[in-house]
Amino acid sequence: MIGFKTTVPAVLGAAALITLTAGVALADCGIESGSVRILSNDFEALRIVNSMAEECASDSVTVTANATAEHKNIQGPALTIDPAEYTVAVVANNSIVSLLNEGLIRPLDDLVAEYGDSLRPNQLISVDGKVMAIAFMANSQHMFYRSDILEQAGVDVPTSYEEVLAAAQAIRDAGLMEYPLAAADKPGWDLAAEFVNMYLGTGDDFFVPGSAELAIDNENGLATLEMMRAMTEFMDPDYLTFDANVLNQEWDAGNVAIMTQWGSLAGAATGENANPEIAANTAFAAAPTFHGGSTPAVALWWDGFTIAKNISDEDAAASFQAMVHGASPQTVAANPNVATWLVEGYEPGPAAVGVIATANGGARAYPMQPYMGLLHTALSTELAEFMAGQEDAEQALADVKAAYSTAAREAGFL
Amino acid sequence: MPHKTFFWFILPSVVAMILFIALPIASVVIQSVYVEHERVLVEVENCGPFGCSTEVRVDTEATEQLRSEQPLGRFNGLGTYLNRAHLAVEEVGTIVSTSASIGEALTRIYNLPFYKAFLFTLIYCFVVTPLGIMLGFTIALAVNTIPRLLKGPVIFFSLLPMIITPLIGSLILYWMFSSNGILGATLQTLFNDPTLTLRQSPALTWITLLVYGVWTAAPFSFVVFYAGLQTVPGDTLESAMIDGASRWERVRFVIIPHLAPLATFVGLVQLMDNFRVFEPIVGFSSEASATSLSWLVFNDLVGQDSQAFGSAAATSVITILGVVILLTPVLIRTWRDFNAKGA
Repeated sequence: MIGFKTTVPAVLGAAALITLTAGVALADCGIESGSVRILSNDFEALRIVNSMAEECASDSVTVTANATAEHKNIQGPALTIDPAEYTVAVVANNSIVSLLNEGLIRPLDDLVAEYGDSLRPNQLISVDGKVMAIAFMANSQHMFYRSDILEQAGVDVPTSYEEVLAAAQAIRDAGLMEYPLAAADKPGWDLAAEFVNMYLGTGDDFFVPGSAELAIDNENGLATLEMMRAMTEFMDPDYLTFDANVLNQEWDAGNVAIMTQWGSLAGAATGENANPEIAANTAFAAAPTFHGGSTPAVALWWDGFTIAKNISDEDAAASFQAMVHGASPQTVAANPNVATWLVEGYEPGPAAVGVIATANGGARAYPMQPYMGLLHTALSTELAEFMAGQEDAEQALADVKAAYSTAAREAGFL
Repeated sequence: MPHKTFFWFILPSVVAMILFIALPIASVVIQSVYVEHERVLVEVENCGPFGCSTEVRVDTEATEQLRSEQPLGRFNGLGTYLNRAHLAVEEVGTIVSTSASIGEALTRIYNLPFYKAFLFTLIYCFVVTPLGIMLGFTIALAVNTIPRLLKGPVIFFSLLPMIITPLIGSLILYWMFSSNGILGATLQTLFNDPTLTLRQSPALTWITLLVYGVWTAAPFSFVVFYAGLQTVPGDTLESAMIDGASRWERVRFVIIPHLAPLATFVGLVQLMDNFRVFEPIVGFSSEASATSLSWLVFNDLVGQDSQAFGSAAATSVITILGVVILLTPVLIRTWRDFNAKGA
């Protein structure tokens, strides 16, 4: 998932630490033999899980891990061949869909029964009654706000996007900041995710139930776009170049008062490497609601692992055990502030309050329909002109619908 | 050369061309007339950390069976070529019949992804190719006259744009043009307009891309013309000087005619190169303001979930046809020259 990226120094520090500990202690994971080959996205929490899994290596067990931001493009071809290039694909609720669509991952029920004693029931991702993935961490975007700025402007912590706009106006009127808001509006994955978040807050569905027919060209879709545009009034004119990482830099520079940002970056915004003056006044809350909706206008995400279908049962068992060890309660106990873990024994730290408040607020999960990825792609290319102010909302929605329908027809969904 | 010797002489090239050019093109053409099978969808109960819900899933076994029966997919004829992502025949028809003015119709057609990419590709081709050739020629003339001692370093610097990987070159220029970069910040100060950024201004994006294109295309023309300049007959130049021709007249009436066949060759190569413009689009992240045909193919193949092979293949075939049409005048000219020499 693109949202998970951390600052380089923090990552290097953690990586160095892990290599040291991994070098010293070789754990006994109870694996007799086999080959474990992990493919995952590249951010701190996953690197930690990977290196813990690598501890399971022994004379008869080999463990290799490839953490790369290109994992989504690699996983399909790599798991299609027989035997698969990787035995483990670490996925999120969007990237598991293409593996499910192509039938490239195996049901894990037997493995869970045999080796999954330490797993909690809510870690099991089941599809049609079969466990297909084991989740180990949750993530979502949520509100970051500057308590000092809000106080000086005399506004309460906003709970809806309408209040966010009012607060931004108050901050500007008080002469505190010219551009108090920021969002990840960079055309591409980030911009599409902003639309998905906001639209989820309306409570509407993206598709006509039970079919691949798109259903966003309605009043809520228009309201979503209008709100995204209205917020840009209060953003730095360069807002179209901002992705999640840039948001954190802007935050750290004290340029932003309110933003909706990834929970996995909350630790970096308040951690040791953050600007101490800003970090001291940084607070987190659930993502705002939108358009009279009752749930936070944001998607919930999980990250977990899946096991490839085209590998031997021996490798599958070895891979499962290594990954359970990688995301074990010990890992979580040693790295409590790196992620919002779903694993047994996790005590949420101060950086996790936003994600937990958002989940408790009843936010919906990122949709797992087989054609959601096609919609995300269509949104990522077709909304750019609207956000740049070169197109109106009706035209943008019509373009999204047309681009999506063309792609869905070609992929055999319509 | 006897026919038999000639045959054996060119056989390796022919085999290589069939394997690496003809067969891939045939495969692309075939793929472009097929689309994926209809997915068999089923509703199932999904559970996760955030609760359970009933959602649609692809029935992989049923879909797999369809695929094994017909591995190429569903035959779609020219459907992919005519859909909205390509020639958009239906949409263009609607636009033409419902638009009040030609200007409005053109704006709406430009909103279609294929035409947007096509227009930029063509303009890039026809602006960058002549300007790049002219710049290369000018550099060649300049280098030809400077003292021997300076030639080496100057040639090296002139070739630099060709040595730098296009993606890196465009990224460097992009950073310089971003609003904190030296060029971007200067522009904003000059025009006193804080919204003048690469993201906000499509015009600025286009100009930057074209400038980058000329910068990176010039070295190739320079190298070829510089080599050509060494073959200009000294006698002719000297007699032109005796006749009182100025430097400009010597260039215009002796050097340019002498290098004309080379210019045809350079133009041919540059046209092909510029028609497949791709790296600067990615480097400048200019997708919102400018895309190219090659970028469309790339975009189809790195989708979120699945790769749209049919769509990418159709765009590729259209690109190949475009190159053929573009090159036809140049090829006809070469053919005439060849015949004239033979006669």
